[in-house]
Amino acid sequence: MTLHALTTSGLSAGYGDAVILDGLDLAVLPGRITVIVGANACGKSTLLRAMSRLIAPRRGQVLLDGKSIHHIPSRELARTLGLLPQSPIAPEGITVADLVSRGRHPHQGAFARWTRGDDEAVAAALAATRTIELAERPMDELSGGQRQRAWIAMALAQQTEVLLLDEPTTFLDISHQIEVLDLLTDLNQTRGTTIVMVLHDLNLAARYADELVAMAGGRLYACGRPEEVLTEHNVRHVFGLESRIIIDPTSGRPIMLPIGRHRMATDSRPARSGHPD
Amino acid sequence: MTLPAPALDALIGNRRRRLSRRRLVIALLLSIVAALFALTLVLGQSYTSPGDVIRVLLGEDVPGAGFTVGQLRLPRAVLSVLAGLSFGLGGAAFQIMLRNPLASPDIIGISSGASAAAVFAIVVLSLDGPAVSVFAVAAGLGVALLVYALSSRNGVAGTRLILVGIGVSAMLESFILYVLSGAPAWTLQEALRWLTGSVNGAQLDQMLPLLVALAGFGGLLLSRTRDLEALRLGEDTAAALGVRIARTRIVVIVAAVGMIAFATAMAGPIAFVAFLSGPIAARLPGSNGSLLVPAALTGAILVLAGDYCGQFLLPSRYPVGVVTGALGAPYLIFLIVRINRSGGSP
Ligand SMILES: Nc1ncnc2c1ncn2[C@@H]1O[C@H](COP(=O)(O)OP(=O)(O)O)[C@@H](O)[C@H]1O
Ligand SMILES: [Mg+2]
Repeated sequence: MTLHALTTSGLSAGYGDAVILDGLDLAVLPGRITVIVGANACGKSTLLRAMSRLIAPRRGQVLLDGKSIHHIPSRELARTLGLLPQSPIAPEGITVADLVSRGRHPHQGAFARWTRGDDEAVAAALAATRTIELAERPMDELSGGQRQRAWIAMALAQQTEVLLLDEPTTFLDISHQIEVLDLLTDLNQTRGTTIVMVLHDLNLAARYADELVAMAGGRLYACGRPEEVLTEHNVRHVFGLESRIIIDPTSGRPIMLPIGRHRMATDSRPARSGHPD
Repeated sequence: MTLPAPALDALIGNRRRRLSRRRLVIALLLSIVAALFALTLVLGQSYTSPGDVIRVLLGEDVPGAGFTVGQLRLPRAVLSVLAGLSFGLGGAAFQIMLRNPLASPDIIGISSGASAAAVFAIVVLSLDGPAVSVFAVAAGLGVALLVYALSSRNGVAGTRLILVGIGVSAMLESFILYVLSGAPAWTLQEALRWLTGSVNGAQLDQMLPLLVALAGFGGLLLSRTRDLEALRLGEDTAAALGVRIARTRIVVIVAAVGMIAFATAMAGPIAFVAFLSGPIAARLPGSNGSLLVPAALTGAILVLAGDYCGQFLLPSRYPVGVVTGALGAPYLIFLIVRINRSGGSP
């Protein structure tokens, strides 16, 4: 698998008159996992959409291996760069196998025949996401976690070397979140797939990221190794939240403990764990 | 990531089974079209033996059957098939592209636009033949553009597009009535043709342009089958799969509107055939994959069967559009009630 360099330089983009991204420079580490975090509506999805050519930049550009993605034929780009959007739509009654096979779209011409290679790619994607048993089930009958695995399988069937995922763990319970993130890490480690994803949970972001990117106000606020980025100072600036950072004994990664106005222990140690998050 | 061979075989087997089920559905629909076509030729007010029908079709002079079959029934059946295919295919393409069964050209005003232009060209400008079709195509595209412009704000919102389209459609229908009421040779039959559609008075030599339009625009649409299928996953996913959204949209709109306008210039906006064909085809057991071809065949079946009912099975004679209209209206109401419940798209 070849490693690809995906970068943005001075990227500005938005919708209508609203400027959402404002001169953003980001160099995605090839073959690594980059996780983007930031407050609601700060432009994380917009960044992923601009990086996969779903919206055109106002200024600046998105480069894949030094070439503007707007100059790469769309099918060719789709064989290198995949995106799983925040809320993809499953057509009524579609089965998992059918959905996953649609990931083969960029590998086929308008009238080209379905090949054994296509079947193998679909089967491999189903196996990697453990959705083989679900292959003939309709999407609308699956649980949230199963459905998300099917969507990831579709993205895997596309066999791109760079994969962007917008909040792939939203709506999943904690065990399914871990399962999806482990799956993506496997993919990164076994195939060298470059992964860029938006995550909501800062602690999971810090645990799974090689590179953590914090966005604020349409720009990069901080970018680097999780322990450099997930700091009390940065959490205050990006989320407007007071917090304590401790080290996770299992992963050695930083963990953020929010400090609210209530439930403070009298000796002012970090808040007792009252309710599960 | 290796995979147990049985799993791969099962996957391939299931895909093949789906494919052959789909072929079976298409073959069945084709044979229903053929059967209804034959019925229209053989049995009308009077019965003509299949042998006589075939001799007429081969160009022999058959006393007593030549006129009925050659001049009345055959053109009618051919127009029914061509118009039905056009409406079914064009309607399903719109519904798939906009991911909404209500976004059919006959609901959002495109068919009434083509019809109004045809009426205007015939009654006011005294045109006939292909010139009428050109007017109808231009008006259909114009209405598509107008509805799109009126309803787009931060991208096209489904429900707004449909409401705007229904409004435009109503305006165009009153325009049709206005033009017809000023026409010297105004007849109820003509009015019904341009308001609900009819295959009365079809002539064989008019069918060639329609056939060419169907082949050209239909071929263009079918070449976009895979892109349309990807669009069903939403625009973001489709674009990420390499579909050029804007270009696909333009091709689909031009092809579908072109096809529907040509058919409308000949048969009027046969009520709800475009709207019903896709959803009916989608509910056929074993239907999977792209809906375009099954929907086209369903359209042909609806028009053939609707016309036959309207002529011979009801107490008095009705044009086909009245029959398909009666069929489609309840479904339309059902979908609108469902929008109302969900407060958004159906
Ligand atoms: N299609 C759109 N049209 C107009 N504004 C949009 C659209 N999508 C997002 N926005 C706006 O852009 C801003 C950033 O959105 P988004 O990138 O989705 O944020 P995030 O993913 O970080 O929560 C928000 O204020 C949102 O309302
Ligand atoms: Mg988002």
